[in-house]
Amino acid sequence: MNRRTVLAVTTGALLLSACTGTGGSSKGAEAKAPDDPSKVSGAITVLTHRTDLVQDGTMKKYAAEFNKTYPEVKVEFDAITDYEGEVKIRMNTENYGDVLMIPAVIEKKDYPRFFASLGTQAERSKTYRFTDYTTVDGKVYGQSPLGAVPGFIYNKKVWSEAGVTDWPTTPAEFLDDLKAIKSKTDAIPYYTNFKDMWPLTQWTDVNGSVSCDEQATTGLAEGDPWAEGADLRTADTLLYDIVHEGLVEKDPTTTNWEASKPRIAKGEIATMWLGSWAVIQMQGAAKQAGTDPDDIGFMPFPAQRSGTFCAVAKPDYNQAVNIHSEHKEAARAWLDWFTDKSGYAADNLALSPLKSAPLPTVMKPYEEAGVKILDLDDTKGAVVKSIDNQSEIGIYKPDYRQDLVDLARGATKGDLDDFLNDLGKKWTETQRSLGS
Amino acid sequence: MTDTTTEKAAAKAPTGAVGAPEPAPAPRPARLWRGATPWLFLLAPLALLIVFTYAPIANMVAYSFTDWDGVSPELHYTGAENYAELFTRSDLFEVFWVSGYYLAASVLQIVAALYFATILSFNVRFRNFFKGVLFFPYLINGVAIGFVFLYFFQDGGTLDSVLGLLGVETDRAWLGTPESANTSLAAVSVWRYLGLNFVLFLGAIQSIPGDLYEAAELDGANRWQQFRYIIAPGIKPVLSLTVILSISGSLSVFEIPYIMTGGATGTETFVIQTVKLAFQFNKTGLASAAAVVLLLIVLAVTWVQRRLVPDDKVDLA
Repeated sequence: MNRRTVLAVTTGALLLSACTGTGGSSKGAEAKAPDDPSKVSGAITVLTHRTDLVQDGTMKKYAAEFNKTYPEVKVEFDAITDYEGEVKIRMNTENYGDVLMIPAVIEKKDYPRFFASLGTQAERSKTYRFTDYTTVDGKVYGQSPLGAVPGFIYNKKVWSEAGVTDWPTTPAEFLDDLKAIKSKTDAIPYYTNFKDMWPLTQWTDVNGSVSCDEQATTGLAEGDPWAEGADLRTADTLLYDIVHEGLVEKDPTTTNWEASKPRIAKGEIATMWLGSWAVIQMQGAAKQAGTDPDDIGFMPFPAQRSGTFCAVAKPDYNQAVNIHSEHKEAARAWLDWFTDKSGYAADNLALSPLKSAPLPTVMKPYEEAGVKILDLDDTKGAVVKSIDNQSEIGIYKPDYRQDLVDLARGATKGDLDDFLNDLGKKWTETQRSLGS
Repeated sequence: MTDTTTEKAAAKAPTGAVGAPEPAPAPRPARLWRGATPWLFLLAPLALLIVFTYAPIANMVAYSFTDWDGVSPELHYTGAENYAELFTRSDLFEVFWVSGYYLAASVLQIVAALYFATILSFNVRFRNFFKGVLFFPYLINGVAIGFVFLYFFQDGGTLDSVLGLLGVETDRAWLGTPESANTSLAAVSVWRYLGLNFVLFLGAIQSIPGDLYEAAELDGANRWQQFRYIIAPGIKPVLSLTVILSISGSLSVFEIPYIMTGGATGTETFVIQTVKLAFQFNKTGLASAAAVVLLLIVLAVTWVQRRLVPDDKVDLA
C-alpha cells in the first residue's frame, strides 16, 4: 500500500464516520399549555405548507388576532412550497421551526423524538377529533387544525341536464349516471387528473366508506385490502370501470389540475373524486369564470350500508411542537389558539377539529341526507404505512393507480382481477414478513 | 508532510532543468512557498469538490449498508443486505429496457450532430445563426423543457396543431402508450442534447488544420472523401467520448421523463425508480445501494468501451 492509498482510505473513513453519525435525542419532553396568556413570551417560527395564505397576508391576520390574547409572543411564518421534501431534510437537524405540520414521511414511532407531547389521548380525545392519528403510547403529539371528508365534486347543472337528480347508491348506478352524462351532455363525465398524480391517491380515502366500519384502517393492517368486496377493491374496480368504459378525458397523460378547476366550474367536466376541501377551490374558480358557485356539488362514494351513506373524516396535516423548541409554551399557545379559536377551519369551509362544532355549510347536503361521518380508529395507522412502504405498493402514492388507469384504458395489457389479486398477494406477503 | 514535499521538489529540480544553467538555490522559506503555491490555488476547487461531490458519494456508499429511512434518527448497519435484495429482485432491473429507447435515440443524435457539425464547418450561409439554433436547447433548464414539451404533446397541443397545418390529422395520445411515450420522451432528449454533441464535434473539426482540406481539394477529393479520410479520423477521440457520454446518459435518464410523466405508462427509468425508492417508500438504504450499482454499471460500460476502442493518438500528417 503506497502513501496515496493510505491517505485515501483514511479520508474516506473519516468522511464516513463524520457524515453518518446521528446525535442523541431528547425524548419525552412535553409542551405544556400556559396558564397566564400575558406572561408567555418569545419569538416562534411556524412552518406551513399554506404558501398561499402567507402570501396573501391571511396568516398575518391570524397572528395579529393571536397577539390580542398573547401580546408577548412574536409569530413568524415560514411558508414552504415543497413542504414534504424540504421539511424532511430539515428534520435531520434540530432547526425545524417551533411549530410545524408533521410531514407524512415521519414514522409514528418516531414522533416522541421529534415533537413535544400535547397531553394524554384520554383527555384530548374528549374535545378533539383526529387524536388517534398522532397518539404514541397514550400521548398525543399533534393536532390537525381542520378535517376533510372525501367525496365526489360534481357539477350539479351537468348532472341534472343528464337527468340525474339523486345521488347514486351503488357503483353500477354511478357508472350508468356517468354514461348518461356522456350521451346527453358535452361534458367529460369523469376527470382523472392522472398527470398530477396526487388526486389519484385520494381514492384510498374510500377505505371505510363502503364497509361503514370505523376499524377500516385495522382492516388494512390485518387483512387483504383487495379481497372480494373489500373497500379498496370496490374503489379500484369503480375507477377501472370508469376508465375502461371511456368515461374519462381523451388523454389522461396530459391532464392539468389547475386547469381542471375552471373546467368543472364551467361544466366541461362533470365529476372528480376529491374531498370536501376542494369545494372552496372550485367555487372560487366558478366565481372567477363567472359561473354560479352553487353549481358545485359534493356527494359521497356510491355505496350504502343499511340504507345510509358513510363518509370518513380525515385530518389535514397535524400541527406539532418541535421538541427542540426554546419557547415550547409559546408554541403550544399558538397551536391551541390556532386549533380552537382562529376560525381557520370555518374559513376553509372545513370540518372543525372540535367535536362540539357543527358541520360546515359544504356538508349541509350530507346532514340532510343523513350521511354518517366516521372517525376511523388509527391505532394501526403506522403498521399500514410500513406495510405500504415495505411492499412498495403505495396506497398513499399514485403509482399503482396510474398503472390501474393504464390497464383500464388498454395502454398496458392485463386483467383487472389479476392486477388486484397481485396487489393483495404482495400486501399480505409483506404483512406476514413484518410479523403482524 | 512538508519535509517530504521539499525533498521531492529538491530531487526533481535538477532533472527538470537539464541543460539550463543551474539557478542559485532559493532560500528555504521561498522554496517552501514555491512548493505550496499550486496547492494553495487548488485549495478552493478541491474543497468544493470534496464537500459537494466526494463527501456525498462516501455518505451514499455508507447509507447503502444501512436500513436508513431518510429521516429517522435511528439507523442500523445491515451489511450487504441491500445489495443482496437488489440483485435478487430482477424487477428492479427491468427498467433498463427503457434505456434502450434513449440509447437508440442517442445513435440518431450522434449521427445528426456529426452531420450538422460537418456541414457547418464548411462555409455555409448564416453559419453562426444555425450554430446558435442548434446549441440553444442545451442552455435551457431541463425542467423547463419538460413543461414545454408537456404542452407540445398535449391532446390538441403544439404538435397536433402543427401536423394539422401540414394536413396530417392525428388523433394520437403521444404519451398514451409505453412505446409512444418512450419514443416521444427520447425525441425530446435528442432535441435537448443534440447541441452539446454538435459543439463538441464542431470544436474538434475546426481544430483540424485548414491546409489539409486545401491539399485534399487539389487532389480532387470530394466532400464525402474529405469527411471519411480527414474529419472522421481527426475527431475520433471526441467521438469516443461522446459515445461514452451517450451510453452513461441513457442509463441514467432522469429529468425529462420525471417531469413529463413521473415514470407512469412504462417510462420509468432506473434513476426514477431509485428516487421513488428513496423518497416515496423511504428505503434510503436500498436506494443508495441502487445508486452505487448504477455508478458501477456506468464505470464498467466505460471500461469495456475503452478496451474495445482504445484511445490512440491521432496523427493526421
